[in-house]
Amino acid sequence: MVFNNRPAIQTGAAEDNVISVDNLRYRYGKTVAVDNINFTVKKGEVFSFLGPNGAGKTTTINLLTTLLPIQEGRVSISGFDVEKQPDDVRRSIGIVFQNPTVDWNLTAWESLEFHGRIYSITKEVRRNRIEELLRVVELSEKRNTLVKHLSGGMKRRLEIARGLLTRPVVLFLDEPTMGLDPTSRMKTWDYVKKINEEGVTIFLTTHYMDEADRLSDTICILDRGKIIANGSSESLKSALGMDMIYLETDDDVKSTQIIEAMGVASVVRSSAEGLIVSLKDGSQCMPKLLERIREEDIEIKNVNLNKPTLDDVFIYFTGRGLREESNETPKADNKGRGGNFP
Amino acid sequence: MRTEFLTIFWRDMLKFFRIRSMLFTSLVQPAIWLALYGLSMSSNFELLTSGAAPPPGVLAVNYLTFMAAGVVSLTILFTCLYSGITLQFDKEFGLMKEMVASPLPRSHILIGLSLSGVTKSLIQSIVIFLFGYVLGVRFFEGFTLASTVLSILGIFLFVVLLAFGLLFLSSMIALKLESHEGLQGVITLLSLPLFFASNALYPITSLPVVIRMASYVNPLSHFINGFRYFSLGSDFYAFGMHYIFSSYDILISLAFLIGFDVITYLLALRTIKKTKIV
Repeated sequence: MVFNNRPAIQTGAAEDNVISVDNLRYRYGKTVAVDNINFTVKKGEVFSFLGPNGAGKTTTINLLTTLLPIQEGRVSISGFDVEKQPDDVRRSIGIVFQNPTVDWNLTAWESLEFHGRIYSITKEVRRNRIEELLRVVELSEKRNTLVKHLSGGMKRRLEIARGLLTRPVVLFLDEPTMGLDPTSRMKTWDYVKKINEEGVTIFLTTHYMDEADRLSDTICILDRGKIIANGSSESLKSALGMDMIYLETDDDVKSTQIIEAMGVASVVRSSAEGLIVSLKDGSQCMPKLLERIREEDIEIKNVNLNKPTLDDVFIYFTGRGLREESNETPKADNKGRGGNFP
Repeated sequence: MRTEFLTIFWRDMLKFFRIRSMLFTSLVQPAIWLALYGLSMSSNFELLTSGAAPPPGVLAVNYLTFMAAGVVSLTILFTCLYSGITLQFDKEFGLMKEMVASPLPRSHILIGLSLSGVTKSLIQSIVIFLFGYVLGVRFFEGFTLASTVLSILGIFLFVVLLAFGLLFLSSMIALKLESHEGLQGVITLLSLPLFFASNALYPITSLPVVIRMASYVNPLSHFINGFRYFSLGSDFYAFGMHYIFSSYDILISLAFLIGFDVITYLLALRTIKKTKIV
């Protein structure tokens, strides 16, 4: 199955774009990490970059946040050109990096104070905001605790607070819940939503389907440096245009032939665990489909009708699931990844 | 003038006083040098040079006092050269990312960190002064109160100048080398000739010509000239040698150290601007 050639779905370009990226390309030596991507982020939305490790998500964030030099293409954030006005861009954004970047030997309060001072925020404003943000992320009690004594979730919340200290137009969150336990993840999501409701545009990267699905207004699927799909979560799902049936029979090969012959549905994936069938109006068509299979004396062991998940979307567009990242060296910090894959 | 570098300085000093082991070792190490090396060598050197009598009217300086300048320079040398490791760790553990993603100019990172290195060097120098006095180091003999105060300021100026240059040098090397092991090797390699091809422990007049030439372009020698001028005076007798410094000599040493700082700063700044930190 080759789905890689499908055209990407574009969101309509609006005037109130906070981020616009044109023909962005980045190479590390001969390896192309970001391959000619184009997208826009509207003011006030939650925009997600979804893709496996090594898809180019972090490289893109590094380019957008001025950490890497622009080699080819144009990026504008909040009306400023990233290449020509890096300092203006830096003042307009907040960043929560993928790996923790808070100093372990400072207290929570000192970390925020340090950040506010390097952004030249005046003392009074700085002190007020720190108090407010510590309250928002529920760390007021921990203000004098050294960062190294905070839990993983608290550290992440502290970094989110830090990213917001400068009142950014856009907050970048690179894999914000990686390595967190389920409770801390949910809490982090709540903060992200709350921040977004206050009007901050959020740009996040993730390889968790549920995270992108729950938080985002727009999702961009990135694979091997290219955007393979771009749209709202709903529109991506309807790009499949269909429902998904998970089917287990005692003769999958023959079942596949029958289904394909009917012309209303197609088998998206066939594996030892059964078939994944995509079709329009699943609830109406499924009885007919199952009937046809049974007519051929094939026993149906298990059947399940679902709305497609983003994982299905990913399989649909790339022909492979996220689990099938090939030739990738496992990262040391991937302990938080389980549970969200098919 | 933008003063954000003070924030970098503030953070680093906070950590210096907070991490007790760091504070303790950095203060005790120079004292041990002075106590072990200073006392044992001075008893030997006094014996060797006891035959030579100082010219009449010239201040005779014991070896411990003579080499105290060497211990100060050695302490500054090691503290400052190794401080580049902080930069490497900050880069590796992502702390630098927060700074380079902010509008803070990179020169402020360099200056802020160096300023804290300089402060540590000053604190260490004071510790050596006080501990040295207990052991029998005698500075400012025959000085009036006013000239003592001026001399202390002069010494501080030279400490600051030497420390800055070495810190910039270390920052540059640390950023160019990716590995901590590599950095340690280079620092060891660098600190040996810097220390021994200098007038820290012995006079240079009798050294082999190549080493003597090297010591003339060694910032450590110029620091020590200044240090001895301010702590012992322009005319003293030590190590069987009659030392006479003119103001002219000291100005040359001062100019040399300023030049050293300017060059190392420019090199370090170029390196930190070019370094990719992601």
